[in-house]
Amino acid sequence: MSTDLTRMTAAALAGAIASGEASAEEAARAHLDRIGAVDEKVHAFLHVDTEGALRAARAVDAKRAAGEKLGPLAGVPLALKDLITTEGVPTTCGSKILEGWIPPYDATVTKRLKDAGVVVLGKTNMDEFAMGSSTETSAYGPTGNPWDLTRIPGGSGGGSSASIASYQAPLAIGTDTGGSIRQPASVTGTVGVKPTYGAVSRYGLVAFSSSLDQAGPCARNVLDTALLHSVIAGHDPMDSTSIDAPVPDVVAAARQGREQGIAGMRVGVVKEFAGEGYQAGVEQRFREAVEVLRGLGAEVVEISCPHFTYALPAYYLIAPSECSSNLARFDAMRYGLRVGDDGSHSAEEVTALTREAGFGDEVKRRIMLGTYALSSGYYDAYYGQAQKVRTLITRDFDAAFAAVDVLVSPTTPTTAFPIGERVDDPMAMYLADLCTIPSNLAGNAAMSVPCGLAPEDGLPVGLQIIAPPMADDRLYRVGAAVEAALTDSWGHPILEEAPSL
Amino acid sequence: MSTATSLVSYEDALEKYDPVMGLEVHVELGTATKMFCGCTTALGGDANAQTCPVCLGLPGALPVVNAKGVEGAVRIGLALNCEIAEWCRFARKNYFYPDMPKNFQTSQYDEPIAFNGHLDVEVDGEVFRVEIERAHMEEDTGKSTHVGGATGRIQGADHSLIDYNRAGIPLIEIVTKPIVGAGARAPQVAKAYVAELRELIKALGVSEARMEMGQMRCDVNLSLRPHGREKFGTRSETKNVNSLRSVERAARSEIQRQATVLDDGGSIVQETRHFHEDTGSTTSGRIKEEAEDYRYFPEPDLVPVAPAREWVEELRAELPELPRVRRKRLQQEWGVGDHEMQSALNAGAIDLITATIDAGAPADQARKWWMGELARHANESGTELDGLAITPVQVARVSALVAEGSLNDKLARQVIEGVLAGEGGPDEVVEKRGLKVVSDEGALTAAVDDAIASNAAVAEKIRGGNMGAVGALIGGVMKATRGQADAKRVREIILEKLGVG
Repeated sequence: MSTDLTRMTAAALAGAIASGEASAEEAARAHLDRIGAVDEKVHAFLHVDTEGALRAARAVDAKRAAGEKLGPLAGVPLALKDLITTEGVPTTCGSKILEGWIPPYDATVTKRLKDAGVVVLGKTNMDEFAMGSSTETSAYGPTGNPWDLTRIPGGSGGGSSASIASYQAPLAIGTDTGGSIRQPASVTGTVGVKPTYGAVSRYGLVAFSSSLDQAGPCARNVLDTALLHSVIAGHDPMDSTSIDAPVPDVVAAARQGREQGIAGMRVGVVKEFAGEGYQAGVEQRFREAVEVLRGLGAEVVEISCPHFTYALPAYYLIAPSECSSNLARFDAMRYGLRVGDDGSHSAEEVTALTREAGFGDEVKRRIMLGTYALSSGYYDAYYGQAQKVRTLITRDFDAAFAAVDVLVSPTTPTTAFPIGERVDDPMAMYLADLCTIPSNLAGNAAMSVPCGLAPEDGLPVGLQIIAPPMADDRLYRVGAAVEAALTDSWGHPILEEAPSL
Repeated sequence: MSTATSLVSYEDALEKYDPVMGLEVHVELGTATKMFCGCTTALGGDANAQTCPVCLGLPGALPVVNAKGVEGAVRIGLALNCEIAEWCRFARKNYFYPDMPKNFQTSQYDEPIAFNGHLDVEVDGEVFRVEIERAHMEEDTGKSTHVGGATGRIQGADHSLIDYNRAGIPLIEIVTKPIVGAGARAPQVAKAYVAELRELIKALGVSEARMEMGQMRCDVNLSLRPHGREKFGTRSETKNVNSLRSVERAARSEIQRQATVLDDGGSIVQETRHFHEDTGSTTSGRIKEEAEDYRYFPEPDLVPVAPAREWVEELRAELPELPRVRRKRLQQEWGVGDHEMQSALNAGAIDLITATIDAGAPADQARKWWMGELARHANESGTELDGLAITPVQVARVSALVAEGSLNDKLARQVIEGVLAGEGGPDEVVEKRGLKVVSDEGALTAAVDDAIASNAAVAEKIRGGNMGAVGALIGGVMKATRGQADAKRVREIILEKLGVG
């Protein structure tokens, strides 16, 4: 086989497997080999499930041999964020407190992937419990950005973004609470989508902030992202917040965008996401992308969303509040780390010692923030007030979507920053999610798609596209159109600019 | 601290103080499955066999509301004359305890499903209205067993076992408004309220409400204030009182204890207390120096519950005959007074008597057995009437045997003893113990002859017209026949033989 299976798109690889040009096992082995070759440098994976992946791949090959119809991604390897439970395979959430925990059940996302014949290669690195924007808060060490291994791959889903940017997997699953799919996609030159809240089941996603968490697809191009989106999305009775409605046809939308463009669509540029704090090259590439949209026939207008400036503070009350409760279950009683169980400590003391040793600083910071914000006498001023801001932000979006079909902004204000640069400055770190957080608060759909390299550092810049709830298909239509136009202008996909590892 | 010897008498306590109570009753609903997952609620399973990721609070698991649980809550609310919320949410009650898997209890806070109701109870023939503050839905915790200590309490234990089978079983918590104006009858009102509530719950069929099995538990909050003072005193909270009798005793004992403390110039500490069946008094549990901060916030993993008005009205229309109405009807049918009916209610005997009548016994007989002999047994063994090892059908059979003359009352009591001791049904016990009225005229005549012969002086008195002496001869015959003679017939034969009457 002369073609490098790791360089193919997921759609092409699935086609090759379906037609018999390649086997699923060959595809799995090629990617496992790639992981063996480069992941020591990248550190995208926390756990590689070689045996499980080969077993799943062989099952797909057997099905094909038996003449069974295969799904559109059957046999395609995937990297799964370590926040998502996998029966019999470790799930740590990047935390010491879950070291050694083997979940007894599959998340709905995991189950849907397996049912579709997608081959799960392993579990990817992440900020501890998804709290971070750089993957540096992982208890298991940082992940390098394939564009520059001394820089961050974004976070919290840096392992997922780095794995696809370094050709260790063509597909990955991330989760996005404040930007953890989109910001990593932006800084690694890949595509990532946070679907509408409730579009993808949260059953089996270890909760950070229940009202904000959403799993979504990551890939190297828009069509692959759409294919993965349609595998994992859909109603799940195990998740009460799951939306019981048909999933928009995102695959058709991606094809339509690429083939027919976006003439006549109305695009709003969010006025508030520019200026101070935005890297010049990011703003430049963003402006150019807007011009590309205009060139494709879109009607572009500027839209003001005045309450977006309160999104970050509101988020940093809501997310920590929910996390302080969600993470209370890690008490050393039933699973995970247990410290001090030597017969001299009470159960309460063992819980305290375990949480002290098992949680990292950022997790502790947020648990304390949230515990405080929910306290009697402070609830109204903090959590209650933040929920009101949330309503105002949703109204801003409602007003905007009355005027335009999608909104656009830079995904994140800067390109990938050096590992270590913001680790001691939480506020600077939190600013990385400035543009992505409003969509989590409002529960709508958003995508990051590459829009070039910043001239000053040659690192990828992402264009964020935002659509109303359950209009995820618009993301794919616009994303595919802009991707096609930009790829044409560059002459090749953006990742080909990345250095080889 | 006061000792038992210096305890203020109940009468003296009431002379000076006015008791104010608040009663919180937890009822385990008899749904087939738990409140937020599909695990069975059946009793008696192996420890932790009836658990899943959801009720174990495993990372990633999510709750789904049991519709039957909501229906049960609405029906209870309607039967308590409550308003039913048009829209309400679950809330998380955050606190750490090893038997609570998530370290928060999914409950309701400021949006209960039912509120503002009342329940009328009868004490000494007078109706007393207990106002209901709210009824809300929540889940039960696991059950801790503390091993190695002398008391079974956590203090002094060397380890604890936790069974999560109970975790997640639906609970309805019913909270009264402050009960004022009951005066000396406060303990009776408390007992009558819990008894009435239990009847109501059973009539609705939403729970068996067996207090001895923890399916219904009552917290008795009680405070005293000097007569004429508006402001409530500091309350104590006596937790998990688990029988009707104990509810009354706990309230009574708290009135005396608090009066003693106050008379000594002391002040009541706000604390939880434990009631002890053996001593009939309470001891201090956990001191609540400041109100515990549960950091309630709306449960983000669940969607709001919005019972449709039409559905609520359907449920209202389907409510069964309410216990007080039913009792009025039964009282007429049975031909008994208010007091007898109230005693039957307080003893939890209404359904048992009804079932016994349904099984063929005359009303007076059914009532006589349950409220006499069987109530005495229950009292002595410290169980509830329906916890006795005898069924209404068996009681009806005993009654039938008496009616047909096969048993006299004394023998019938022995039969009941035998049934309670597990020797089998009434007929079996009669057979095994050889308990049959001796109706053989020959045997009786012989026994009478013997009695006359050995008590010549007594016989002479009778012949002389002293009918009061007949009892002595009857006694002799009964003794000789080991109580199996029909006393009425014996009397007739004696009088015949002696030529009197």
